[in-house]
Amino acid sequence: MTPADRRGALGVLSAAELRDSVANGEVSPRTAADASLDRASEVRAWRDGLNILLYEDHDDVHRQANEVAVRREGGDVGPLAGVPVIVKDNIATTALPTSCGSRILEGYVSPFDATVVRRLRDAGAIIVAKSNMDEFGMGSSTENSAFGPAKNPLAPTRVPGGSSGGSAASVAVGIARIALGSETGGSVRQPAAFCGVVGVKPTYGRVSRYGLVAFASSLDQVGVFGRSVDDAALGLQTIAGLDPLDSTSVAEPVAAYRGAARGSMSGVVIGRPKEYFPADLDPRIREKCDAALEALRSLGAEIRDVSLPHTDLAVQVYYIVAPAEASSNLARFDGVRYGLRIEGDGLRGMYEATRSSGFGPEVTRRILLGTYVLSAGYYDAYYRKAQQVRALIKRDFANVFKSGVHLLFTPTTPTPAFELGAKSDPYEMYLSDIFTCTANLAGVPAMSLPIGRVDGLPVGGQLMASHFEERQMFAAAFALERQLGAGAHQ
Amino acid sequence: MAVTLDDVWHIAALARLGLTDERARSLVAELNTILEHMDVLSKIDTTEIDGLAGGGASGLPLRPDIGPPIPLARERETFAPSMRDGFFLVPRLSTHEDPEAAS
Repeated sequence: MTPADRRGALGVLSAAELRDSVANGEVSPRTAADASLDRASEVRAWRDGLNILLYEDHDDVHRQANEVAVRREGGDVGPLAGVPVIVKDNIATTALPTSCGSRILEGYVSPFDATVVRRLRDAGAIIVAKSNMDEFGMGSSTENSAFGPAKNPLAPTRVPGGSSGGSAASVAVGIARIALGSETGGSVRQPAAFCGVVGVKPTYGRVSRYGLVAFASSLDQVGVFGRSVDDAALGLQTIAGLDPLDSTSVAEPVAAYRGAARGSMSGVVIGRPKEYFPADLDPRIREKCDAALEALRSLGAEIRDVSLPHTDLAVQVYYIVAPAEASSNLARFDGVRYGLRIEGDGLRGMYEATRSSGFGPEVTRRILLGTYVLSAGYYDAYYRKAQQVRALIKRDFANVFKSGVHLLFTPTTPTPAFELGAKSDPYEMYLSDIFTCTANLAGVPAMSLPIGRVDGLPVGGQLMASHFEERQMFAAAFALERQLGAGAHQ
Repeated sequence: MAVTLDDVWHIAALARLGLTDERARSLVAELNTILEHMDVLSKIDTTEIDGLAGGGASGLPLRPDIGPPIPLARERETFAPSMRDGFFLVPRLSTHEDPEAAS
């Protein structure tokens, strides 16, 4: 079978359809894997590469495909049998490097697989590649990667979003139907919106973080990209659930997200928080959101105006809490146990030389910002205050959901994908997270799905739910996706 | 509460980051620009908030202070910058005597 034949045969299949084709023997795991590798090679040669993937090992991919084939022969067909998956470069894998988009971990290969990677493998998925990202997840454009910026496949002069830009772009360009990313302030939903795919941030505690390199521990979550809502639901269903190796994972039962699809939204109350529709919101994005809300209303949902009054403080809170936690978490990268070591004057000199050479400018800035807000004399004014305001933000969500609202709908981002290099002021870049970081601060689940295009650029609509109510969120996403149809990509 | 150049040197030392003079001066401006946006938080009444917020639905879960063994796919020597006899090697602390000279 030629690469074009493989792509033609497999390119239109959803992850679940591909799995079923592998299960019934119509498609071999090797063919599925090669179709993904072919597409990756094609994209690399296309439009100067896009720079969305960092590491691939074709021999390992073929070894995985053979293992899936052997399992199938033995009657063991997992829910992702033969499905290619892309993994963000900050999620530990034993077969490929895990460098977090950073020079300080360049070439580092983890001695263990992350729990989410192990669960994918157990389900029969084939890990095809590790994807480009903002260094340690610190960025909203994937321009902060030590290995060069990634580009948006729909508009290569623009960013794919970040920090999981490589994973989002990989799904958008058809290398895989499912990819893993990670979220601290919107790093799955924002690139999903910019690349026209589905991106899900689960409830804090829903998915194990064992093997996810820590950035900000009270915010970090592994997330899932899908080409469709069904792909994302299948991916999340596979990796969710309690993990004894992660004490923050929670023993809540995992619902069948794929089974959440309903024809009607009758009885569902969807809140439209006014703070996410400010007067200066791009009118074209407002129009797409209004159309999406109208589609939900036409399916029987009640749309209710609500308020989350502390929303306008979220970016400030986030950019104190996240750097504070990062300054502690990234202390482990000191040239002693793994990664880069640059010799200096004694032990302290080695620490300083290693960290200064290994970290890029944005990571350095955030470590220093975090160290400052935690230092004596400033802790109460910044860190403690930010955590207290965070409690108010959490309370906003609790109050709205307590009032009978089941879901919230907002734009995912205030603008479509911006040009590479357009945001040189760090705070201006931080504002890219304005509609997404609230869900991380509150710990609630949220997802972005395509709701249309503006000047050819995708626009994302965001659904948010109460803690562990992912199934209800997916039910609305399935309904909205079906109702918008091709309009979601026009 | 403006960040000064001395503050930048102080926090860089705490964070074990070496900086050039030029980068330290530039960071004074960068950090002050960012922190100016944070000042709005000081105006928010949080007197009724007790304790600090976390990411979970109901605080951090607790578990026994034991964990399962974590099997490693490869030895530490394969990824550690410098090891000997199962120990990570680091440069000598300036406050430590050379043991050979001391004996």
